[in-house]
Amino acid sequence: MSVELDVFVGNTTIMDEEVYQLWLDGYTVNDAVKVRMEGGVMDECEASKDVLLSDTMDQYRTFQMCERLLHSPAKLANQLLFQIPPHRQIMLIERYYAFDDTFVREVLGKKLSKGTKKDLDDISAKTGVTLKSCRRQFDNFKRVFKVVEELKGPLVENIRQHFLLSDKLARDYAAIVFFANNRFETGKRKLQYLSFQDFAFCAGQLISNWTVGAVGEYNMVEDMDVDLDKEFLQELKELKILITDKDLLDQHKSLVCTALRGKTKVFPEMETSFKNLSRGLINIAAKLTNTKDVRDFFIDLVEKFIEPCRSDRWTAADMKLYLTHYTNSAHILDTFKHQVVWDRYMGVVKSCIFKMYHD
Amino acid sequence: MPGKLKAKIVAGRHLPVMDRASDLTDAFVEVKFGNTTFKTDVCPKSLNPQWNSEWFKFEVDDEDLQDEPLQITVLDHDTYSANDAIGKVYIDIDPLLYSEAASVISGWFPIYDTIHGIRGEINVIVKVELFNDLNRFRQSSCGVKFFCTTCIPQCYRATLVHGFVEELVVNEDPEYQWIDRIRTPRASNEARQRLISLMSGELQRKIGLKVLEMGGNAVVGYLQCFDLEGESGLVVRAIGTACTLDKLSSGSAPNTNTHMHPNTAPASNACNSPSKDGKEPVFVEDLPSSSGPPTPFRALPTSSSSPPPFSPSKPCSRQSSSSDTDLSLTPKTGKNTWPRPSFPFSSLPSPTLHIGEFPFFTLTSFPPGFLLHVGGVVSARSVKLLDRIHNPDEPETRDAWWEEIRQEIKSHARALGCHAVVGYSESTSICEEVCILSASGTAAILNPRYMREGCLDIGCTDHRLVSFFLLFSSKSKCQSSHVYDNAPFWFLLFSRFEDPSPPSCGFCHIPYDELNMPFPAQLTYCYHCRRQKVPDVLFTTIDLPSEAAVAGKGCLIQARLCRLKKKAQGETNATAISNLLPFMEYELHTQLMNKLKLRSMNALFGLHIQISVGENMLLGLASATGVYLTALPAPGGIQIAGKTPGDLSNEHISSIQKRINDTIAVNKELYQINPPELAEEGVGSPIPEPRHRSRLFRSHSESSDELSELDLSHGKKDAFVLEIDDTDAVEDIHSLLIDAPPPTGFYSCNTENMPGISNWTSGVQMFTSVRVLRLSNANLTNQGLNKIFTDLCENLLKSFYFKLRSMIPCCLCHLNFTVAVPEEELIQVTVTAVAMTYDKEQTQEKTAEKPVNKGSLEAEEQLQFPLELCADSSSSNIQTASKISGIFNSASVDYGSFADRCSTWLELLRLKAHTIRRGSVKTISSLERCSPLQEGRSRSLRSSRSFGGSSVTVVKMTPLSFLPGIRIIKYLGIINMFFIRETTSLREEGGVSGFLHSFIAEVFAMVRAHVAALGGNAVVSYSMKECVFMENPNKNQAQCLINVSGDAVICISETDQESSASTANTGQTGGGGTDGAT
Repeated sequence: MSVELDVFVGNTTIMDEEVYQLWLDGYTVNDAVKVRMEGGVMDECEASKDVLLSDTMDQYRTFQMCERLLHSPAKLANQLLFQIPPHRQIMLIERYYAFDDTFVREVLGKKLSKGTKKDLDDISAKTGVTLKSCRRQFDNFKRVFKVVEELKGPLVENIRQHFLLSDKLARDYAAIVFFANNRFETGKRKLQYLSFQDFAFCAGQLISNWTVGAVGEYNMVEDMDVDLDKEFLQELKELKILITDKDLLDQHKSLVCTALRGKTKVFPEMETSFKNLSRGLINIAAKLTNTKDVRDFFIDLVEKFIEPCRSDRWTAADMKLYLTHYTNSAHILDTFKHQVVWDRYMGVVKSCIFKMYHD
Repeated sequence: MPGKLKAKIVAGRHLPVMDRASDLTDAFVEVKFGNTTFKTDVCPKSLNPQWNSEWFKFEVDDEDLQDEPLQITVLDHDTYSANDAIGKVYIDIDPLLYSEAASVISGWFPIYDTIHGIRGEINVIVKVELFNDLNRFRQSSCGVKFFCTTCIPQCYRATLVHGFVEELVVNEDPEYQWIDRIRTPRASNEARQRLISLMSGELQRKIGLKVLEMGGNAVVGYLQCFDLEGESGLVVRAIGTACTLDKLSSGSAPNTNTHMHPNTAPASNACNSPSKDGKEPVFVEDLPSSSGPPTPFRALPTSSSSPPPFSPSKPCSRQSSSSDTDLSLTPKTGKNTWPRPSFPFSSLPSPTLHIGEFPFFTLTSFPPGFLLHVGGVVSARSVKLLDRIHNPDEPETRDAWWEEIRQEIKSHARALGCHAVVGYSESTSICEEVCILSASGTAAILNPRYMREGCLDIGCTDHRLVSFFLLFSSKSKCQSSHVYDNAPFWFLLFSRFEDPSPPSCGFCHIPYDELNMPFPAQLTYCYHCRRQKVPDVLFTTIDLPSEAAVAGKGCLIQARLCRLKKKAQGETNATAISNLLPFMEYELHTQLMNKLKLRSMNALFGLHIQISVGENMLLGLASATGVYLTALPAPGGIQIAGKTPGDLSNEHISSIQKRINDTIAVNKELYQINPPELAEEGVGSPIPEPRHRSRLFRSHSESSDELSELDLSHGKKDAFVLEIDDTDAVEDIHSLLIDAPPPTGFYSCNTENMPGISNWTSGVQMFTSVRVLRLSNANLTNQGLNKIFTDLCENLLKSFYFKLRSMIPCCLCHLNFTVAVPEEELIQVTVTAVAMTYDKEQTQEKTAEKPVNKGSLEAEEQLQFPLELCADSSSSNIQTASKISGIFNSASVDYGSFADRCSTWLELLRLKAHTIRRGSVKTISSLERCSPLQEGRSRSLRSSRSFGGSSVTVVKMTPLSFLPGIRIIKYLGIINMFFIRETTSLREEGGVSGFLHSFIAEVFAMVRAHVAALGGNAVVSYSMKECVFMENPNKNQAQCLINVSGDAVICISETDQESSASTANTGQTGGGGTDGAT
């Protein structure tokens, strides 16, 4: 005697959020039943294991049928197959597109290609995220990437509208797309201490300040938020004067040192490493015209700036103080004419370093 | 040429990719009606094509309009090879054929393919221009309204109930035609779908013609079924109750107020201030003078607590003996001479032509006062051998079969001293060439006239006017015409039917003669009025009358039974089956009775017994809602007795006895059965009478007999004492105790109303569940099978409770179980039901409180019917009636607030009517309760959408005739859809469960889409009448046929009524916006 067929279909589609999460997390039906049993749901309604199994199967089937619609969330709102209340639709979409930070950290900046997809089992083993869930997350990244690639207009807004995601999630996806597009290196050992949220913040900064779209006059061009502003990158070369012109360099140093003196315990270290640090930052800027160097942007920041500071035991406040004065002092240099570019560059670098300066 | 059908193809969306190379589709559409086909242009390379076609016009007979569906085929254009079909949409034009219903069908329809399921959607607009044709000999019956609802639909008033209508049409099943061997499965499925659509159309038209002939304008309780007889053909049959319905107000608004009939005005005033106008009689003599009734009728007392102060007038004509062989069922005296009152309908054809050979009513609930007495369940079954239907145009055999069964039902009813059968239904079960035909109903005595009353005493001005006539045809036409002009006759009639019983218990009083009882029964005086006799147990197929006095809550009671039989062919098989049937019925009945006692209840409503035949077994499933009627005596306990003391140890017996007693006590608590006061007399178990089994054992011939209540009721006496004479009996008792009560917070019933719960909140979840069990063990015994079957049903219920736990407190209503034996070792159970939330707090208060709240609450629910009379005015030429009549069973009703509601209701109706006239109103129902956006009042769909571009109307579905907290303002027509789905890639679609799951979801989606396109937002009286599932896992194939039906309606949330203006506005803008997309 065996149950050959067992279905339950509601006019309003019944979905249990807990089961949905288990499904998203890639649990098999049997594992999901175990988790639910441990969660004590059986006591709620005098249910037995069979009841739980049947319910879980039903829900899994429902989710599988919904999955196709979730691939283009706009369809979910005007499809006719499932009657799902709007707030539930939002929940379904939001959770489907949610991802594990540990997982995304592994693929961030990698090409969203079949090659990467093949490595997913390794990533799964490393992160503890089930392979099924990894695949879903990876496919989500890829899908979003593909769709926005061809759209004009602001990246975050496009993602939000096209995938009906919350602002927070849309920004995260924008970061993922941005990283994937520019292939930023994030996997080096020295960068391991950075979380996805650190990178997402930096991406946000880069998107809103360094891309074509950031300038404003080029509204509604393709990839405006994905590609860095080439002109700007070119202009960054001009900043080299700050380190190549010895007078300027000295002047800059003395201005910064004057401002910092007495305000921090690590002042002597700041004073000695000023030239090195300044060279580091400005060399990064000058090299950004090379795609290869763009990719190394974050590793360079860490190697050329963050690590030296950390070995000198700067506090976050020291760092903030130093960078503020370092940026501002350049304005007072009368022979330095590239104030606009300088601000655009340092604004982003400053906030990125703030974000990245932790253990 | 009486009609012009116009169709416009607007756009498509979410089309499948048909061209792999470009990932796009070059779609175009064929629109076909009858033999005419139009085509749209090809919309190249788009998955969301915009055709925006011209109006395709079909000039057709209205007969065709009724029979044929509009057939829309979406295709992918292919330059080099044949065009590929994407899918089809069949649109039933019928709802456009009567003026009150939908005026346009417009919306997104799922494009359906029988192999691939839903493939995108198409936006279509359909209109019909109908030219009036008053040809008497026409073959069409446009304008006759159909309702699946088994009560008088909300927002209608029945002026006449004409009686039973039935029809069947037969055809060859395309699946079994020779051509099927050479055509594709798709072509075969489509041929079948189309044929059934045509046949249902034809059937409906023919029934409509009968109704017109009878002078009616509507069919209520329309029940259409398919018999897939395989080789021998395809039968589509339908039964229903012909009525003359009057639309209440909304259509005739907004002028309602100004054109108010002078007679209605005081009535509605009276609603507002009952005390002031209390004494003013509002009743106006509107009846034809020939049958002028005597004017002042004494009011029936309306308090449920106090019995009437006058003595019963002994009903006459009950003496008609049951031995009478005259099957006309119109007892000799008086009754068969009811004249047909001449009504101010000019178009009425002359009466008494074809009406009422069978005084059957498919209705299950009636306006108060309509149902006088209930005799009990009558049922008949017959086993037939199918043979090929030779001449589809003369379906005589099938007709004769049903005729036979109906006659039998009629004679049973008659034996119970009843002249009518209510809650009547018919069904079949087919296995190979054997077919069991079943019919069942409840024998009853009806009030031939909706009673009038002048409630002068209790301060309400309520005069219920004649709004309900019942016509039984008498076979002797001359006789009726003979008395037609006999004015005093009315007087007689009235005194005859002025029943003295209070409505809360009257229907329980026995209709048969006490001295000449058709079967042995334990009679006592009614525990309510103490005036008339009642039986100790009452079984019925109808819903619990709203005015009935009950104690505690009801509950679902099921009897389940399996019987193995040998595989056999033809005649032998049929005989074997018909020999088994009576035993099955007997056992089901005993089970029901015992389970009823175990729950300490004394009446069953909504009893439905299904016996399903398979190759090697018979399945019996009886479902009903048990309830404690305070009018009937309290059930005695169950006593266990060993046949001989030595057989089983006394300890064993006493332990069982104890378990039973405990269960009874627990159940009493659970269902809150605390009858008001238990009178001493009559309590305790009466002495069981000797068994009368002999009557059960009489031989059954090929046409197996009934086992009506009347025969089975001897079993009833056994229920008190259960003899344990063998191990089987022990098993039986154990199985009795297996039924687990629903978990806390859940109640369940299979009727329209849950006895004891009326304060529903807005949460509604309709669902369908199918489970198929494969019996792998070949050596099963009856006992083992029973256990398996019982567990299957119990586990299903457990699953429902678990799945719906978020709705607690909640009640599963209208639990409709269908069993089938699709293959030798398979058992299939299909369940459709609705879960509804209710307010627990209020229930508890209510039981304690005075009936102030209860009265208004119940009245609202029970009888939308009289309530809406208040808003009616246009048709007041016949009569007026005050809404308060609906609540006449509770004296202390808060009339003020009630009336307020009515007037806002009127207001709203007017507004609604206004918007409706502009066309394309999409009334928006509140979304499910849980939505955070929906706190409080419901909003328009648009505003509640969080993302743009959506135009999907939320469509609620329920198997009940009402939605809680929501008022139906318009019936848009019947939904009757038949789908076939087939797959040759079963595994890829997720196995049988995945396949069926998506198919059922698709069926729901298509129903919702059709309702939304009609401008509706809900389906009431929804049912899945057929779910035939066949699989062949080895070939990776499966096929499923589903037939669903229901009434499409527009309804509005009751909270909206108060803010009527704003709702109407948002509704309109919402609708406009939606239509803007078209």
